[in-house]
Amino acid sequence: MAGIIGYGAYIPRNRIKVEEIAKVWGADAPSYKKGLMLEEKSVPSPDQDTITMSVEAARNALKRAGIDARRIGAVYVGSESHPYAVKPSGTVLAEAIGAVPECHTADLEFACKAGSEGMFIALNLVRSGAVKYGLAVGADTSQGAPGDALEYSAAAGAAAFLFGSDDLVAEAVETYAYMTDTPDFWRREYMYYPRHGGRFTGDPAYFKHVVGAAEGIMAKAKLKPSDFAFVVFHQPNGKFPFRAGELLGFARKQIEPGWLVNRLGNTYSGSSPLGLTAALDVAKPGDLILMVSYGSGAGSDAFVWRVTDRIDKVRDLAPRTRALLDGNKAYIDYGVYAKYRRKIRKAE
Amino acid sequence: MRDVAIIGAGMTKWGELWDKSLRALFTETALLALEDAGVDKIDSMVVGCMSSGLFVGQEHLGSLLSDYLGKNPIPAARVESACASGGLALRQGFFEVASGASDVVLVGGVEKMTDVTGCEATYALGTAADQEYEGYHGLTFPALYAMMAVAHMHKYGTTREQMARVAVKNHLNGSKNPLAQFPFQVSVEAVLSSVLVADPLRILDCSPITDGAAALVLSSLETARKLKKPFVRIAGSGQASDTIALSSRKDLCWIESTHVAAQKALAMAGRKVEDVHLFEVHDCFTIAEIMVTEALGLVKKGQGGKAVEEGLTAIGGTFPVNPSGGLKAKGHPVGATGVAQAVEVVKQLRGEAGERQVKGAKRGLTQNMGGTGGSSVVHVFEAD
Repeated sequence: MAGIIGYGAYIPRNRIKVEEIAKVWGADAPSYKKGLMLEEKSVPSPDQDTITMSVEAARNALKRAGIDARRIGAVYVGSESHPYAVKPSGTVLAEAIGAVPECHTADLEFACKAGSEGMFIALNLVRSGAVKYGLAVGADTSQGAPGDALEYSAAAGAAAFLFGSDDLVAEAVETYAYMTDTPDFWRREYMYYPRHGGRFTGDPAYFKHVVGAAEGIMAKAKLKPSDFAFVVFHQPNGKFPFRAGELLGFARKQIEPGWLVNRLGNTYSGSSPLGLTAALDVAKPGDLILMVSYGSGAGSDAFVWRVTDRIDKVRDLAPRTRALLDGNKAYIDYGVYAKYRRKIRKAE
Repeated sequence: MRDVAIIGAGMTKWGELWDKSLRALFTETALLALEDAGVDKIDSMVVGCMSSGLFVGQEHLGSLLSDYLGKNPIPAARVESACASGGLALRQGFFEVASGASDVVLVGGVEKMTDVTGCEATYALGTAADQEYEGYHGLTFPALYAMMAVAHMHKYGTTREQMARVAVKNHLNGSKNPLAQFPFQVSVEAVLSSVLVADPLRILDCSPITDGAAALVLSSLETARKLKKPFVRIAGSGQASDTIALSSRKDLCWIESTHVAAQKALAMAGRKVEDVHLFEVHDCFTIAEIMVTEALGLVKKGQGGKAVEEGLTAIGGTFPVNPSGGLKAKGHPVGATGVAQAVEVVKQLRGEAGERQVKGAKRGLTQNMGGTGGSSVVHVFEAD
């Protein structure tokens, strides 16, 4: 039996409101708030990136797991904003938490599902017996072009999961992956911002894969929507997860605990993993949680987790995700945001 | 010229059709129209399409579509008059048969618009305006029609709510059209609180971006009679041009090309506008339908807003306008729109329009318009 032995979240404290972005572009803030159910998003500080946030989240996961980091045999960082094009994020993370040198590491990229890919691989390495413990992190300082619809959602955050075979917090009941070649969102090398297919990112992309993966894993596990206490979908905006839930027959109360996007934004590779941390924060022993990620290109990873008694012992060993989301916030204006996100060109 | 009949009509569900290419859209509807007509052999075909070059990077549609329909080596032509391309295709097909050059002609209209981004689609549509005098100054079609709306409101006291009622009526009609892109109702409040596009026009005042096609089979009356099925006669065809730039118009509130084309079509049919039982018109924006009802002579100048408010243009009103749902609810794949208007009239005159049937309709009129009225094509149809 394998599963999650520790989990941790990290969210930067800066926030920018939808109105502040809309004001700059002369856009209609109420339509973003109502149409996409977005209020504000997190913004990384100038000294924060995918690696620093991964370290923060991984340290929180280690606190909950209470294991010696030297016994971690695999470290995976999933992101589409790795600070280096060549040079791994995973090595820095592994060094920072003390998991070196007997450790396999890889940086993963699959748009917004790179985080869940790492979870899929680390969990299965543990299941196979190849490693004692595996660490997977989904983290992003998401990019969205100035003025593009994505700018209202592209946010920063990280979630880390430690996998093992003993002292489980949540047992992995089932895993499932569903993917096709669907080009809905992309960024080529040397492009600063991603491009996307507008409304094509909806039905043929997000919904097809999220619904396909959810239906697939429920059929495989012989479970139905009402069996789950919580369901966590990838959250590119506020509306999509609720519509996916409706299509599949989930109630809003199953979605809401893991639904962070309205005040967090879309943390890309961190999105559904952070949602899972928020669900675990409030889960009871025995609860079933369905998690379905989504990455453009396109595909979804799905997991069914069964929460164990240990959750009550570990959940308060590190900050809860909603505490990170709602506590200690600092609102910034667009000028500071532009500086923090390096949108201003300075003298050499 | 000899009389011309419409012996077949075909249309498929419109919308954001990610899995259908331009050629697939056209071929599907063409086959439906041929099946409806019960003929296989055609002598020629005419296709209306506004901007396949900018939307899908494909020109030379005559060859492409004849090839994919399996009709080589018949002559096949693509015609363009911006959003009136479909109406123009019908008119060219009408002349082919009327002149005796062909006996059976396939008329199609098609536009595949969702392969490009919203910005690129806006640019492609904007090429229907005067690029030197309008486009380069940043004007898009919502902006041009917004100016027409403001002028109409200023001159005649047309209200924001009257414009909203055009959308409400057309969505109500469209909710009864299973092939419509948006087959649902909207309220006045929903229109008035929808996203502002170009003041005073909001998103629910605007027709959408749509993938779609429509097709008709035209023949001589002799051939139509041999098929022993109900058919519709094209009683009149009219076309007119006006200044392409809105700034050159004498009156921003008057669509002269539609007025002239309608007069010509009605004169050819030997009918008055009061003799017509239903109208399919070019409501690319809600203000456009108001102005078109005036240009057709259904109401006096400036009374178009009041007419919709009083329900005169509803199904069951004095002169039903856009029972199909119009461009607003049915969708607006620009090159297909003019042909689809005729498809609706054919269904209505054959009594096959289901819940949106205008009872006892024997005569119908279509009005298809390019740009802000730089071109208009009007047809009058009669049940045989």
